[in-house]
Amino acid sequence: MKPAPFTYYAPNQLEEALNLLAEHGYDAKVLAGGQSLVPTMNFRLAQPSVLVDLNRISELFYIHPGPDGDLLIGAMTRQSRVEHDPLVAGRAPLVHEAMPHIAHPQIRNRGTFGGCIAHADPAAELPAVSLALDARFRVRSRSGERWIPASEFFVGFFTTALEPDELLVEIALPPIPPRCGYSFQEVARRHGDYALVGVAATVTLDQGGRCHHARLVFLSVGDGPVEARQAEETLRGQVPSPELIRAAAEAAASTDVDPSSDIHASADYRRHLVRVLTRKTLQQAFERAGMEMDE
Amino acid sequence: MSDLFTMAVTVNGTRYERRVEPRMLLSDFLRHELGLTGTHVGCEHGVCGTCTIVLDGEPVRSCLMFAVQADGHNILTVEGLGTSENLHPLQQAFSDAHALQCAFCTPGFLMTLAPFLEKNPAPSEGEIREAIAGNLCRCTGYQNIVEAVKLAAEKMGREK
Repeated sequence: MKPAPFTYYAPNQLEEALNLLAEHGYDAKVLAGGQSLVPTMNFRLAQPSVLVDLNRISELFYIHPGPDGDLLIGAMTRQSRVEHDPLVAGRAPLVHEAMPHIAHPQIRNRGTFGGCIAHADPAAELPAVSLALDARFRVRSRSGERWIPASEFFVGFFTTALEPDELLVEIALPPIPPRCGYSFQEVARRHGDYALVGVAATVTLDQGGRCHHARLVFLSVGDGPVEARQAEETLRGQVPSPELIRAAAEAAASTDVDPSSDIHASADYRRHLVRVLTRKTLQQAFERAGMEMDE
Repeated sequence: MSDLFTMAVTVNGTRYERRVEPRMLLSDFLRHELGLTGTHVGCEHGVCGTCTIVLDGEPVRSCLMFAVQADGHNILTVEGLGTSENLHPLQQAFSDAHALQCAFCTPGFLMTLAPFLEKNPAPSEGEIREAIAGNLCRCTGYQNIVEAVKLAAEKMGREK
């Protein structure tokens, strides 16, 4: 239960960190909050030979508004800071609602916003939330910079579009359009445990009260965040009603997800949770978008 | 063996300077390098909460940090919370309310709850349960721990 030896770097400057990643490539692991990496190192499931610690790079810790209405969050911003930040609560209420579901307070004091996204755990909240919000990720390497939309970032089980010399440095959350509603809910056996199923939902109504846009992204039912495209298609252009929500929930559970069974829950039970959570989050999201909904 | 790093950290008001391997966990540093064995080590993967310490005012898992990362930081461990002659109100309340049996988990609970009560001096039962959600206790069933927190909050409120 002790990590294997490694060479440790704790640069003060981002440029230094990028140089180290360029130099060491696949041998290097980035240490952000360490709340997932250190346990796997303690178990020796991960034995990186080089560790690049980002905790001294002060330029990666921030939350501020961007030039075009985006909310910008530095990758190293602690989860507890995001959880309690008034700007996040006002401009990205879906993020605010999801934060307390991430593990426990002690973990969130150390865990980082960007680390959770770059780790791409299929059971993690922030990959699903960032996909539901159409977030964009600013990625740096020694040779340059690029933006990756959330829809192209998560490519599989604990796998992202990041190259070994690249670092996630910033998350941009777009402004919320008018008549937009949101909801995040999950089911876990105990608060703070990995969710058996969770869902992040956003809906936007047009001026006639029809569903103009819907996003439903699930966690813990696949290799990464799973978007329920069939359910979204069911909702598009329709006037929200209890029947419509039931139809979307059915589409999500029967078509969009293909959960597996494990010691915590059977695939059938996960499908059941997808159905229930879809109903509950859509109900809440449409209400928050301004619809009056009778169940 | 990898290179040794020189680090300086303030623990319970005392400054320590040591040379450590970067892979040394902060929990092991506190126990083996500084002899502060009040910080307990349970699961060593961030689940049980017994190694919780206060880092710059916030509770964190000391088993999920490397000691070198504490360089330049300020740490409070259970040894710095109170003494046996002069218990912290939380410690007194844990004793009064029978909030411990084997006591292995107690330092972690105390170091989680001390900063919690500073931020939230009059918590509801729900808030208390949420605050201790990251600490496991296999003896008490948590009921008396919750009672102890209420008792401590009351007492600390009166003393203010």
